[in-house]
Amino acid sequence: MKFVKAFLSMAVTIAMIWALDNKFGDIPPIGTFLNPSTGFWQNAESKHILAAENLKLTGLLDKVIIRYDEHRIPHIFAQNDHDAYYAQGYVTARDRLWEMDIQTRKASGRLSEVIGPKALEIDRYNRRMGMVYGAENTLKGILKNPLSKMMVMAYTDGVNSYIHSLAPKDYPIEFKLLNYAPEDWKPINCAFLLKLMSETLAGGSDQFGMTNNLKRFGVKDVNDLFPDYPYFEDPIIPVGTKWDFKPQPIPKPSTGFLAQMTENIKTHEIEEGVGSNNWAISGSKSASGYPILANDPHLDLTFPSIWYQVQMSSPTVNVYGVSLPGAPGIVIGYNQNISWGVTNVDADVLDWYQVKFKDKTKNEYWYNNQWNKVNKRVEVINILDRAPVIDTVLYTHHGPVVYEDASKKPADGDPTVPIGNALRWIAHDESDEFMCFYLLNRGKNYADYRKALTYYTAPAQNFIFASSDKDIAITPNGKFPLKFKDQGKFILDGSDPANDWQGWIPPEQNPTVKNPPRGFVSSANQSSTDPTYPYYINWRFDQYYRGKRINDKLGTMKNATIDSMRMMQMDTYSILAQDVLPTMLKYLDTSKMDKDQLAAYDIIKKWDKRYTATSLGASIFNKWWIKFYDTTWRDRFDVKGVFLKFPSYDRTEKLLLTEPNSKWFDNAHTAVKENAADIVNLSFNATVEELVRKFGKPGEKWQWGMVKRTFINHLASLPGFGSGDFPAGGRGGVINALKNNNGPSWRMVVQMGLDVKGYGVFPGGESGNPGSFFYKDMFETWRDGKLNELLFLKSANENSGRIKSTLTLSK
Amino acid sequence: MLFLIVLILSFASGYFLPWWVVTIAAFVAAFFIGKTPGQSFWSGFAAVFIGWTVLALFKSIPNDHILASRVVQLFPLPNNWIWLLVVTVLIGGIVGGMAALSGVLLKRAFGK
Repeated sequence: MKFVKAFLSMAVTIAMIWALDNKFGDIPPIGTFLNPSTGFWQNAESKHILAAENLKLTGLLDKVIIRYDEHRIPHIFAQNDHDAYYAQGYVTARDRLWEMDIQTRKASGRLSEVIGPKALEIDRYNRRMGMVYGAENTLKGILKNPLSKMMVMAYTDGVNSYIHSLAPKDYPIEFKLLNYAPEDWKPINCAFLLKLMSETLAGGSDQFGMTNNLKRFGVKDVNDLFPDYPYFEDPIIPVGTKWDFKPQPIPKPSTGFLAQMTENIKTHEIEEGVGSNNWAISGSKSASGYPILANDPHLDLTFPSIWYQVQMSSPTVNVYGVSLPGAPGIVIGYNQNISWGVTNVDADVLDWYQVKFKDKTKNEYWYNNQWNKVNKRVEVINILDRAPVIDTVLYTHHGPVVYEDASKKPADGDPTVPIGNALRWIAHDESDEFMCFYLLNRGKNYADYRKALTYYTAPAQNFIFASSDKDIAITPNGKFPLKFKDQGKFILDGSDPANDWQGWIPPEQNPTVKNPPRGFVSSANQSSTDPTYPYYINWRFDQYYRGKRINDKLGTMKNATIDSMRMMQMDTYSILAQDVLPTMLKYLDTSKMDKDQLAAYDIIKKWDKRYTATSLGASIFNKWWIKFYDTTWRDRFDVKGVFLKFPSYDRTEKLLLTEPNSKWFDNAHTAVKENAADIVNLSFNATVEELVRKFGKPGEKWQWGMVKRTFINHLASLPGFGSGDFPAGGRGGVINALKNNNGPSWRMVVQMGLDVKGYGVFPGGESGNPGSFFYKDMFETWRDGKLNELLFLKSANENSGRIKSTLTLSK
Repeated sequence: MLFLIVLILSFASGYFLPWWVVTIAAFVAAFFIGKTPGQSFWSGFAAVFIGWTVLALFKSIPNDHILASRVVQLFPLPNNWIWLLVVTVLIGGIVGGMAALSGVLLKRAFGK
């Protein structure tokens, strides 16, 4: 009996320990996670910061001094370039290790290893899109260049030096929650960060939807509804800019393409794209007489932020700006001589090609009048607690056949990815983007800027530039394939060599403008150029709204200061509303309105067209326009089982303003013939009905900041780790393009001059640790539309009251 | 005595050994110096309970409990970090108590 008791007690104890030491589904191992010696309590950082810290690290060549300011932003002072990148890797890993790990896992299709089968489809998608294949090619390009190689290798060593110093109790909290350990950083991970940016900014395509449109509506309607140049536009390179080069011969359209476009082939609400703003004014427009540059890239907002602020100094460089955690160098920033920033070009650098296989073995495909060998790439996806999935991806000379038949495509897969098509994507090409940033970080003048850009491949960006010697410039830049017009607007026949990319636009012939007479340059993802540019970059770009507003403001601006630029970044004036609201109001029939409708009409009539957080008119107009747009097109373009692309907002504006009796206003499902006025009234009534239903009678509760949800989540959407909902102005299509969890991920303004002054902020903090006081210490500043003055130290010893601690690394 | 030994070991062991090593300590200590099952259980319970409370607060107080206040929201608990502390130390206490109980029961089984 005594033995039974003892045995029972021991069995219960051991069972408890086992249960507390193991993960069940999404529940972390409770004992491991909660115990105070190695669990999450260890991640609580003290508010008392050591003023001086010394570390000995292997792999350094010399001593590195890192000074941390009041936002815990590191200012790295190294004796040589190797140590500068090593230190960047080290301090970035110290603040952002889990973010770096999970992002590269995502890009490389290795999420399932740590979160199990539910991530399998994401992993399969990224593998089949050729993300690993592309990163391998990019790494080849990097390693061929001794400078890029040095950056990536030193950065990698720095990251690993930090990882190797960790005991399990030191792991970032997310590792403890998911119950896995950080693994060594590899040079290819730096390339994965670039692939992730390409996927976000240049990884989409309209071709499938457009091809379906062509089959359904025919050439005439498609050309009418999807023109190659918008009705309203204000291109990045000002109209009238001369192209002072002799263009390459343009490839001839393939016969298949011409047949498609001339034969009579019978045959989601559009999200305004991922956007960003940048602009630079010349000294003639600024109070100081020197240029001012501003940039705010719009991306998904997360904790930790996608950006990491850092100053890096060595005998060859002293630069401040934001970096991507996991990639060496600074992507957007400034030094004593130049400043630069980026917005997305949205070039057509992703094309789908129909593949004809010889037989079911899919070993050969038809191209150039003969059978060609298909390459097979085996992707092994390891899955937590499961057998690995082995996935064979077929590659033609174009690239991977993402889904070779319907069975390979998951039911909830990306609707824009067609079946049976090979993917030709710029992100698969050998490239060396880090060299571009290496040169920009050290740039002294316009010539250095131009040289740096030639090294950049993808995702293509509008690189804006300002210098202390008073030059400003902008260049939609990247490696652009040489194409015939509209090549890639529709899915291409993969058997015809004439459909291949025929070389590249020479980098020096990329559109560019320097010191234009109007005294400023700007971009907001709109058309790169007007139709006089000899090459084809894309048939569609983001709408002109933000670009037009920026250009209107800058056109009249005089004696501008940092603050004028800051105010502009927070501007919420809607050009769309300016274009269409008077006409929509004109069509509105007020004679039959009920009390709520009249109240709403009264509000919208007086609206100042600004998407401020307290605006009631913004809530009404926003819903009204979306419903108008949706009602106009949905009856014909929202078809079950067929993925069609909706016409743009721009085309819808033209329809409303110039073709009020167009057949497209007539609802296909009703007997009566509707016109623009009918749709305007219908959608207005539906808008008021919905707002009343959701938010009550017209009043306080209709405020835009409450109607629009704005929030910033933790990368893993962990409750309690994010911002929660907060009221905010802005939306897509206005300069302050903040909506839901997407918007200005970094706001920067730089005043050039003898003493360069930078200002900037991102929503979050330098530390990725929710147990740090620097996890979101900059969030409020960002939310309130303010900027921090950036601390640009001239030397390691410069005195500044803002320096709170010093970390010395020695070998 | 048993309480003191387990308390000291609960401080010392955790940093470099897995968290459950404290239970082996409680088990072994109770095997040799445990008196009654009740005394052993409560000594083990109280030692780990107090040991973990001190360890957790040692990190959490200079942190103004900002981390614990975030983490508690991951659990089905009231939105106050103190509940996370309570759950943490209760788990530690029960495991420590059970280990000590097992130790003294095994000693009795051998008739010591």
